[in-house]
Amino acid sequence: MSSRLIMETLQSEFADHLAKIYVQHEDEIQVELLSERLDWLPKICLFVHHQWKAFFVSAWASDGCKQEHQFKLHYLFSLDNEKLFLVIHAPVSADQPDFPSVAAHLIAANWAEREIQDTFGLTAVGHPNPKALWSHPDWPSSTFAMRKDFSIHSNPTRVDGDFPIASVEGEGVLEIPVGPIHAGIIEPGHFRFSVAGEPIIRLQAQLFYTHKGTEKLAEGLSPERVLHLSERVSGDSTFGHSTAFCHAVERMCGLTIPERAQSLRILCLELERIHNHLSDIGMIANDVAFLIGYAHAMRVREDVMSLNERLWGSRLIRGVNALGGVRRDLSLSIIPEIKSLMIKVREELRELDQILMNSASVVDRLETTGILHQSTAKDIGIVGIAGRASGLDRDFRRDHPHLGYSRLTFNVPTRQTGDVMARTQVRIDEVMESTQIIEQILQKIPDGPIKISTPELPKSAFALGYCEGWRGPILHALETDSHGAITRYKIDDPSFHNWPALLFAVQGNIVPDFPLINKSFNLSYSGNDR
Amino acid sequence: MLKFLRKSLQTGLVTTQYPRLPDLPPENFLGAPVINFEKISIERLKEAEKVCPTGAIAVETDGTRSKASLSYASCIFCGRCAEAVPEAITMSQEFELATFFKARLITSAEYVDGKLTGVHLPKREASIEELGERVRDEIFKTLGRSLHIRHVDAGSCNGCELEIAALQNPIFDLERFGMHFVASPRHADMLLVTGPVTRNLEIALQKTYEATPDPKVVVAVGACGCSGGIFGESYASRGGVDKIVPVDIYIPGCPPRPQALLHGLLLAMGRLSIH
Repeated sequence: MSSRLIMETLQSEFADHLAKIYVQHEDEIQVELLSERLDWLPKICLFVHHQWKAFFVSAWASDGCKQEHQFKLHYLFSLDNEKLFLVIHAPVSADQPDFPSVAAHLIAANWAEREIQDTFGLTAVGHPNPKALWSHPDWPSSTFAMRKDFSIHSNPTRVDGDFPIASVEGEGVLEIPVGPIHAGIIEPGHFRFSVAGEPIIRLQAQLFYTHKGTEKLAEGLSPERVLHLSERVSGDSTFGHSTAFCHAVERMCGLTIPERAQSLRILCLELERIHNHLSDIGMIANDVAFLIGYAHAMRVREDVMSLNERLWGSRLIRGVNALGGVRRDLSLSIIPEIKSLMIKVREELRELDQILMNSASVVDRLETTGILHQSTAKDIGIVGIAGRASGLDRDFRRDHPHLGYSRLTFNVPTRQTGDVMARTQVRIDEVMESTQIIEQILQKIPDGPIKISTPELPKSAFALGYCEGWRGPILHALETDSHGAITRYKIDDPSFHNWPALLFAVQGNIVPDFPLINKSFNLSYSGNDR
Repeated sequence: MLKFLRKSLQTGLVTTQYPRLPDLPPENFLGAPVINFEKISIERLKEAEKVCPTGAIAVETDGTRSKASLSYASCIFCGRCAEAVPEAITMSQEFELATFFKARLITSAEYVDGKLTGVHLPKREASIEELGERVRDEIFKTLGRSLHIRHVDAGSCNGCELEIAALQNPIFDLERFGMHFVASPRHADMLLVTGPVTRNLEIALQKTYEATPDPKVVVAVGACGCSGGIFGESYASRGGVDKIVPVDIYIPGCPPRPQALLHGLLLAMGRLSIH
């Protein structure tokens, strides 16, 4: 279906409620709601969701109070089959800062709306679970960090308060508090387990400990500086996040980067996928006390990390992405080394796969542990590897081709069981795919420049940038003001969508399996908290 | 079982020889930027200052006098300055930057009427006499041969975590030095702290510090831990570990490669020869 047909359908259904509808950057349908028709927001969202089986991707707000005396809501949907995005923009008057909750009908928008409530002070009326998400209990209730009248340098006084943790009662029910400082070398977050004996009845999480104000920091900064911020949204996805940001800037300026730069970006994205997946496979083996599996996985991963260092000068591929391309070129002489490492990774992983899957102690721990059912995954909007392991066959590389992924042939591995085993196997399969994607890239790496210069950002513009990171789709949205300065930078990490999945997947499992289940999702705290 | 054994024998020993042998990073490595103050004008320094995303390069002008400085504590090793001023700034392969004193991470130069009048290069590490004056020196004597480390993430982007976790893999194998990560601050001799210390982790870091028995050593890891890095000070970030708890050792990097972490940890234990 073409974007024109979609626009016509929307136009005929909602003509009286829409201010504007148009296509931007080829694959973004922009729908602007009339300000007095805010109550139609959920209806339009649901229509889009049902009519075109559109997936909810993200929702965020921006503050335009100074110029227009209104906030703006943005609801983003992905029409996978049509390879299109659809963004619904809805103005919210500053005099009446509330809006009808979409999450009341589409639970995937749950966290996004709660974050909007906490950071912009816009109330989602009818939200099924409107408690604080972003705000910690010591954050003053009427202070909204993302509003323009809140200075980034302010330091709100701490107030008294407790976490809004629901209590689970009954004979033999215990609460186990964990964190924020955890026992391993991992990021901080607070978990509260309610258990009866060993099985977990309910898990509640308090995140946003690592909130660093990244989105707010970007406001007013030059895009070159924001690029370095984007590299530090989530360290493990350095290249994914910086690619999404560069993509947003490039789309906003109407640039297509040189083919060589596209190929180099794919190379980096796939290297990032390989090193993270190998690490996760190793850590999963570690968490079932199968140390030999851990040691071999980590040994091979370290080969990839040191290749990164030789290729780009940085193990985490930092300082490589640039607006309009990449900063570092690939020398011909190193290509055979990459090729032979890809063969090594495949062979080693095949062997490791056999070792793991033939060990009863491993298989027994992985199978049927931490099941995330497909229907749950679909309802709460789970993305990336976690979604694919629960049968959701979605991948931005195929569904929203970027960077020339459409010129490559690759499979999108999926599993149906949704357990730790499925998430492990999806990773193993993806590493295999990534190695052959890299081989395809090296086969026909185009000559030419690696970077083109970027003009100044256009004024009062909006653009999306995205890529399929190793964990799942990464999406950045950029807005500029009437001077062309960045006025809103929204970062959407797949972790933000997948954290709720963990809370479902652990139910009924025993506490000692929690670290394993947690690892099998391997969600980023920093990417979630920003 | 035999299969495992065969696999391990086939693989052989993979552990790095570092620090017994130097581990030189590749040529294009983004290591410590070095400014050739002889070759650079104030104007060009200001251009480098302008492109620096963290303010690691700073130029202050007061009448005819100017002072330029470069701090490895806040440098994120992005290489922008070297791109902007290629004739006088280069990205070196230097990565062993850990130090006891933050002041030693700063290089500075003074100019009068645009003419270079003095350069202060940081000494690599404290002299033995200076170390002797350190209040915490006793600790290092006590901890000489074994060290229990508690890692604390105070708001990091998880880049440092990846590299700290890599210390446990068979390549870097931290335990060969008698260093061991523990699950509780109560078991720890050392806190290895990453992140700019977010508002939401400030109290947790303080409590962790208090829960660690004396004598204890605090290590600030990465640009964020050393200075707040790219996140600096804001409503959400306190701007470095030493704003909240006393820091004994700084390990710059964004993130520091595992060899740089190893260097810092061995330095803390007094097991590196003093340069």
